[in-house]
Amino acid sequence: MKELFRLNVNGEDTDVAFEPYKTLLEVLREDLDLTGTKHGCELGECGACTVLLDGRPVMSCLYLAVEAQNKRIETVEGLADRGVPSALQTAFARTGGAQCGYCTPGVLMSATALLRENTHPSRDEIKEALAGNLCRCTGYIKIFDAVELAAVEITGPES
Amino acid sequence: MSSEKGTPLQSETSTFHAPSEPLAAHSSERTTQNFSVIGKRNLKYDWHAKLTGAAKYTDDLRLPRMIYGRLLRSPHPHARILRIDVSRARAMSGVFAVLTGKDLPIRYGILPSSQDETAMALEKVRYVGEAVAAVAAVDEWTAEEACNAIEVVYEPLQPVMSIDEALDPDSEKIHDWTKHANIQKNVLLEFGDLDEGFAEADRVFEDEYFFEGNTHVPMENHAALANWEPTGKVTVWSSTQTPHYLHRELARVLDLPPSRIRVIAPPVGGGFGGKSEAFSHELVAPVLSRLSGRPVLISLSREEVFYCHRGRHPVRMWIRTGVKSDGTITALDFKSTLDGGAYGSYGIATTYYTGALNTLPYRVPRYRFEGRRVFTNKPPCGPKRGHGTVQPRFAIEAHLDRIAGELGHDPAEMRKGMLVSPFSWTVNHLRVTSCGLPEAIDAVLERSGWREKHGHLPQGKGIGLACSVYLSGAGLPIYWNPMPHSGAQIKIDRGGGVTVYCGTSDIGQDSDSMLAYVVAEELGVDIGDIHLVTGDTSLAPVDLGSYSSRVTFMAGNAARQAASKLRAQLFQVAAARLDVPEARLGAAGGMIYDLEDTERQIPFAQAAQLAEAEFGTLGETGSYTPPKLAGPYKGSGVGPSPAYSFTCAVAEVDVDLETGILSIQKIWVAHDLGRALNPVVCEGQIEGGVYMGWAEAVIEEQVFRKGLHKQPSLLEYKIPTSLDMPDVDTTIIESIDPEGPFGAKEVGQGPLAPVIPAIANAVYDATGIRIDSTPIMADKVLRAIEMRRKQHAAAV
Repeated sequence: MKELFRLNVNGEDTDVAFEPYKTLLEVLREDLDLTGTKHGCELGECGACTVLLDGRPVMSCLYLAVEAQNKRIETVEGLADRGVPSALQTAFARTGGAQCGYCTPGVLMSATALLRENTHPSRDEIKEALAGNLCRCTGYIKIFDAVELAAVEITGPES
Repeated sequence: MSSEKGTPLQSETSTFHAPSEPLAAHSSERTTQNFSVIGKRNLKYDWHAKLTGAAKYTDDLRLPRMIYGRLLRSPHPHARILRIDVSRARAMSGVFAVLTGKDLPIRYGILPSSQDETAMALEKVRYVGEAVAAVAAVDEWTAEEACNAIEVVYEPLQPVMSIDEALDPDSEKIHDWTKHANIQKNVLLEFGDLDEGFAEADRVFEDEYFFEGNTHVPMENHAALANWEPTGKVTVWSSTQTPHYLHRELARVLDLPPSRIRVIAPPVGGGFGGKSEAFSHELVAPVLSRLSGRPVLISLSREEVFYCHRGRHPVRMWIRTGVKSDGTITALDFKSTLDGGAYGSYGIATTYYTGALNTLPYRVPRYRFEGRRVFTNKPPCGPKRGHGTVQPRFAIEAHLDRIAGELGHDPAEMRKGMLVSPFSWTVNHLRVTSCGLPEAIDAVLERSGWREKHGHLPQGKGIGLACSVYLSGAGLPIYWNPMPHSGAQIKIDRGGGVTVYCGTSDIGQDSDSMLAYVVAEELGVDIGDIHLVTGDTSLAPVDLGSYSSRVTFMAGNAARQAASKLRAQLFQVAAARLDVPEARLGAAGGMIYDLEDTERQIPFAQAAQLAEAEFGTLGETGSYTPPKLAGPYKGSGVGPSPAYSFTCAVAEVDVDLETGILSIQKIWVAHDLGRALNPVVCEGQIEGGVYMGWAEAVIEEQVFRKGLHKQPSLLEYKIPTSLDMPDVDTTIIESIDPEGPFGAKEVGQGPLAPVIPAIANAVYDATGIRIDSTPIMADKVLRAIEMRRKQHAAAV
């Protein structure tokens, strides 16, 4: 039986009815029509479903949606500001960091969290932060390049 | 056994001249310098959709009143189905329809020569995970419960799980029609007199190798959404690399006119060969939709994707090579045995591919190939990136490394002295056009510091090299027909918008971007003015699909041809308006202008309006059909391509002699892709290929235990994470192919193959041990190190 919950998604309070056993991934995709968040295993192995909860990357396939009440939920749809892509999204576009694009939303969320905490991550720190996001197309290289480029774009070159 | 003797060609003497006329009109006057789009680091066509979550993959699609399908799959590797009772499932609340094999009994298969599958198993199951029944229900949970309520009574049969078991005449037959044990196919090809070749040789070398199977693991699981309309038309959206072949298979299995079926390939979340033929869920979903009167979505789980497989065949190989003292090959004898899994899939083609490209990139004047494929009770193998050529390339390049060592040659220099010439033919009738391999070898030697490192690094550190070759599209279609392999239509609207219609399926290789770049260059418009309609069998002309690295070459040429016809119309009216001869016009940046006085120009949109007034609605078509290149022998359809890409890779490794753990320090790769239409995209393809190659070399294997897949999840089947990825140094070599669109060849598959033997050869340089099978895991290396220690101890 569905129940009504209030979730804060990408800065908006949204009232949504869903069965309380549903994962956050399912509610985002099936009840809120936010299909930008992907699923590659639904077992917490691939990271495609990564969203931010209060700024922290979380695999939404392992997280009950009811637990996300009173938390700030951020998905890939919230990264652009009224259609203007974030510096990270722009950097991905420039380096070709997305190929098939299926892991991309999860990668973008993990990297967004990283760049908020660490404005000039080293390549090793980038690798560490993205270790939970599997990509099968790029060999990760253009993803690393994108995160480094975004860091420079956001705060300028490290002095 | 089908034994065929082909007419040998003299590979060293038969050369031909490059066609003097480039394929498309209007290109001869243009050089790299004055391209406005080609060769630039442009954004991808779909960058915004893929970076904002807006791109809709199949499983993201929602139709009103949509319901969900699930497949019940076999828990047995080999069993007779005695009885299926679906009555309990059918009676469940929320269940709309239940199907079993008997409801869809028509056999199909991607190759005309192996029509051996049904949408769901009929009398037997032949691998764990084979579909047995299907359910459509109000939600996935109910569908799953209904699957569990289906009662299937099996009589288990002895499973056949290895090549040796499959070759045993006493083994249980998987398919009753096989003549000898479980052998599906034997092929034998011979070119030239091998005895003479071996007699001419200074040395003869013989080796055996084994390449373990592995699978694609696209991040997007397969999914299909079907909507059967009351009018009798059906639309299937599917994460497929080959919408055209799915269209054909649906018509066959559903017994419907193809004119009533529409297949749409939305953006595909990775394929690598694993979504190149029809799967049970794609065939079942439309029937569930018809029975339920509702759209039906079937989205596979990750575990099910491991059962779909169609990945890299495990291959056992034997190689015997006669060489002169400088390494030059006098004769090559090669045998392969492929573990095909339970069904044919692309396997006969794969079998031929384990032989077809072995006469490249080195001169092979006499060649014999014997291949066979066996059935086993495992998910069917098929094409994975580099289809059937990756396994023999590992064998040949490791074998050559040994030969170079024993003859006392530098393995790179020896290879350089043996390369085929550009614009030449091989002994098995492959036509080579452009070839930038010498430049590729030089690039990686230089950049890796090969000369200082090879043979000079301390114990435990090593460097290895290998070369490879791949197709820019198969020269022949999968089903015989004389029609084009790719078609494109282009329409220009009055505002200057250009819409390109082409049946290509973008699987992340950026075929959409490729079409946009080619057309934007040809018409001189901004990429932002291009609109694409792709991957839709009703709206776009046929493109055979995203396999065999064919799309840039074939769809690119088709789109360019259509664009060049429109360009001619636009130039005709622009020339009249500007009072300039047509030959003096150029087009770039949304303007058509006088090349000698660039201020004399008119906007593209205005030229389009003038042209529409002159000629009527502006629309043209283009087609591409490869030249007829197949040699005069059976099996010659596999191997010919309008152009070949060439790659050289160097790998530097560290081997921990105490633990056997191998770590890759860096990989240098140079790839001859003809021309980089966009270097960003090309680098991405090369890096992705290198990634997949080293993963196959070092960590990935698809193995089975007691009939069960040992690791059908991402936790157990390890694919590399960001932490595992070694540094890669990429060099693009442009040989400008005379027939490719703007000179382009392939880049999506070729760069994978040389990485694997380069790593094996580096392990030898580091340890003095030749590992003759993949993957090169620590336990294997350690066993080899210990074995050698014991041998040394015994010898002392």
